[in-house]
Amino acid sequence: MKRKLPWILFAVSIALVLVGLKLGEYATVLEKAVTVCLDCIGIG
Amino acid sequence: MARQRTRRWAQAAAALAFNAYLPNWLKGEIFQGGVKGICLPGLNCYSCPSAIGACPIGALQNFMGALRFNLSVGVRQFGLYVVGFLAAVGSLVGRAPCGWLCPFGLFQELVHKIPSPKLRIPRPLTYLRYVILVVFVFALPLLVVDEFGYGQTWFCKWICPDGTLIAGIPLSALNAGIRAQLAFMFRWKMGVLVLFLIWMVLSLRPFCRTTCPLGAIWGLFNKASLFRLTVDASSCTSCRKCVRACPLDIEVYERPNSPDCIRCLKCLDACALGSLDYEFLKAKAPALPDRAPGKAV
Repeated sequence: MKRKLPWILFAVSIALVLVGLKLGEYATVLEKAVTVCLDCIGIG
Repeated sequence: MARQRTRRWAQAAAALAFNAYLPNWLKGEIFQGGVKGICLPGLNCYSCPSAIGACPIGALQNFMGALRFNLSVGVRQFGLYVVGFLAAVGSLVGRAPCGWLCPFGLFQELVHKIPSPKLRIPRPLTYLRYVILVVFVFALPLLVVDEFGYGQTWFCKWICPDGTLIAGIPLSALNAGIRAQLAFMFRWKMGVLVLFLIWMVLSLRPFCRTTCPLGAIWGLFNKASLFRLTVDASSCTSCRKCVRACPLDIEVYERPNSPDCIRCLKCLDACALGSLDYEFLKAKAPALPDRAPGKAV
């Protein structure tokens, strides 16, 4: 069972990625990533 | 050691690959291509002029900060894409990206080469990264919101020295509009960066060991990942060569898959008896010519 755990985790994680993509989260991440993050650079 | 040379080349290649859009260093802008929504396996601020992917920790904070507003207007976005990415990498290799890919990890290792007295990091301090993960990445963005219901990226704003180093400094140097807006927050972040720079000289990877929320997440997968270190108890004599070789002060022969381990594999190189090994998809570490090949437990 112990060596099945990584594969179970991996399968669940891929499912999460796919659900997230279906919910449009890639576009949300992209929208933030292509905008200068004022918090990150010390302005916000 | 051949393996450590390979690791260094992998780190350098990743740093270049994660920040491949070099022309922006002349323009003072950030890359805006469609691939930038892909999370990168390392701490690499997406406001770096040449960054071509997204920082998963920055992305996670954005989702947490927008969660309450999104739910109030019926938008169902919970950061599952980012969480799934983190879990996928963790379930395969645990914290190996920290040791083999993360550009900020590479930076710390290079800064540590500056000659100075070297200090150990007290073990209790290494638990701080979990506090930072829970408080600054999840709780504060979720709970402290503005009048519109949005939370900030607290870790990015108040702590992350990588953002200052590869985004704040170059953008403020290259972009007059950004430079004109610098005030207290920039001085705060520069202060945090300077403190970490000094600490990096004195101790190895202090940010990774005490602060990095990304390492905190992936470290939790070390015991459960497909890639794992093994100790052959029948041949191990507890000589502690692996402990002395470990740059992170891990008792390797007792805790081979510690959440602190960045899988740099220096311990394998140090073990003269071949008692340490790794497994990944049934492949084992190649036997070195000057040691007996180890058997996995």
